[in-house]
Amino acid sequence: MSMSLSTAEPMLPEPYLVQKVRRETADTFTLALTPNAGGETFAFAPGQFNMLYAFGVGEVPISISGAPGHSDILVHTVRAVGNVTQAICRAKPGEMLGVRGPFGTSWPVAAAQGSDLVIIAGGLGLAPLRPAIYYLLAHRAAYGNIELIYGARTPKDLLYRRELERWRGRFDFRVHVTVDAAGADWRGNVGVVTNIIGRTRFDPAHTVALICGPGVMMRFCVLELLNHGVKAENIYISMERNMKCGLGLCGHCQLGPTFICKDGPVFAYDRLKGWFDKREV
Amino acid sequence: METIETILAAHPFLKGLKAAHLQLLVDCASQVSFDPGQFLCREDEEATQFYLIYHGQVAVEIFRARRGPVTIQTLSEGKVLGWLWFLKPYHWHLDARAMEVTRAISLKVKCLLKKCDQNHELGYELMKRYAHNLAVQFRVTKLQLLDMYGG
Ligand SMILES: Cc1cc2nc3c(=O)[nH]c(=O)nc-3n(C[C@H](O)[C@H](O)[C@H](O)COP(=O)(O)OP(=O)(O)OC[C@H]3O[C@@H](n4cnc5c(N)ncnc54)[C@H](O)[C@@H]3O)c2cc1C
Ligand code: FES
Repeated sequence: MSMSLSTAEPMLPEPYLVQKVRRETADTFTLALTPNAGGETFAFAPGQFNMLYAFGVGEVPISISGAPGHSDILVHTVRAVGNVTQAICRAKPGEMLGVRGPFGTSWPVAAAQGSDLVIIAGGLGLAPLRPAIYYLLAHRAAYGNIELIYGARTPKDLLYRRELERWRGRFDFRVHVTVDAAGADWRGNVGVVTNIIGRTRFDPAHTVALICGPGVMMRFCVLELLNHGVKAENIYISMERNMKCGLGLCGHCQLGPTFICKDGPVFAYDRLKGWFDKREV
Repeated sequence: METIETILAAHPFLKGLKAAHLQLLVDCASQVSFDPGQFLCREDEEATQFYLIYHGQVAVEIFRARRGPVTIQTLSEGKVLGWLWFLKPYHWHLDARAMEVTRAISLKVKCLLKKCDQNHELGYELMKRYAHNLAVQFRVTKLQLLDMYGG
């Protein structure tokens, strides 16, 4: 599923105002944006991304991390790793950013109705999955069991702490949080995300898995899910590549026969098999 | 009622073990329970027990001189603690602390070693499980060392 572009001129960023900035971790911030011209933002599907432009610095692809039904604000969670992302994270309320989008394919939340869901996020990977989680919880009765496994380096690196706690309090959503190492005050799991898969409840024949995180984590999660009998065509992963146009024109994001910006970022694993595991393409 | 025998038979570590072998283990086993915060083992203590956890959660910790304990792994229902029990010297090299009420079957290491010496078939069955555990642990440690979420 993909949703069409909002801007009439797809290479031209629309100005958006930074409304709120929230610090998630030492280097990661969540920004709420509203159109500078007023009115509503565009509709998007969970898993899609925008090109965010820090004026005078550059433009980068960033997933939309807010609720898909909200038309008043556009939410992104950004980790400051380089020039552009640092500039975005430095933006203060009232400052302006450029937005182009939404781009790419989305998590198959509608097609997954009636199935069990295993959602696996690593580090920043929870951001592109959060809109899917909002959608699933808003339509909770349409799905079987839903399990979220979220892994981070340490408890300090967890995104959306308060929201995770709220989700954990629900009876119809099982949330497993795990970190690689923790102090004695941490009451959750310590260990890698793949360890948790065996502890979740799902019917492999009727399970859809959504995975987002660093490549090596996704690779081991896919193997573990396949070992548990989940079908390759029901395992969805979100891929990252450097991007320029976001429109399937420049070839910057090519992976084998696909363009990540247009054919992805969300792919069924069976479609990407062979390319996903390649070291350098 | 849950007896030591039924708990052992249901524990994933012993899955598929013959009834006769399970019976041999029962001779070495006792049921134990730990309150939150209570230690199952402390570093450098003599390792006299091998635990099969069947309820609760345990933090495996390394103590750092200036910064205190760091949890490197948590073990829950279905996992084992102290699985290097037949390697000399029989000493714990980590701390393990119950995070919540934790119940386990405790197997006496000396008794286990004796049983394995007397019955090599049982020894082989336990060795297969040991090798599997070692392989899984090795893979997990590699992933943890990779710092996979860093980027
Ligand atoms: C579809 C898609 C969705 C994305 N969603 C998000 C999101 O929601 N939030 C977010 O923060 N980022 C997201 N990214 C990644 C983001 O686009 C990059 O971090 C960004 O392009 C880096 O640009 P820069 O100029 O800040 O850093 P650069 O100067 O390009 O890079 C600086 C350093 O960071 C490293 N780096 C570059 N990209 C990444 C990366 N993805 N992860 C880790 N290190 C990296 C580089 O190797 C380099 O060492 C997404 C990428 C794609 C393709
Ligand atoms: S970014 Fe230009 S083709 Fe994908």
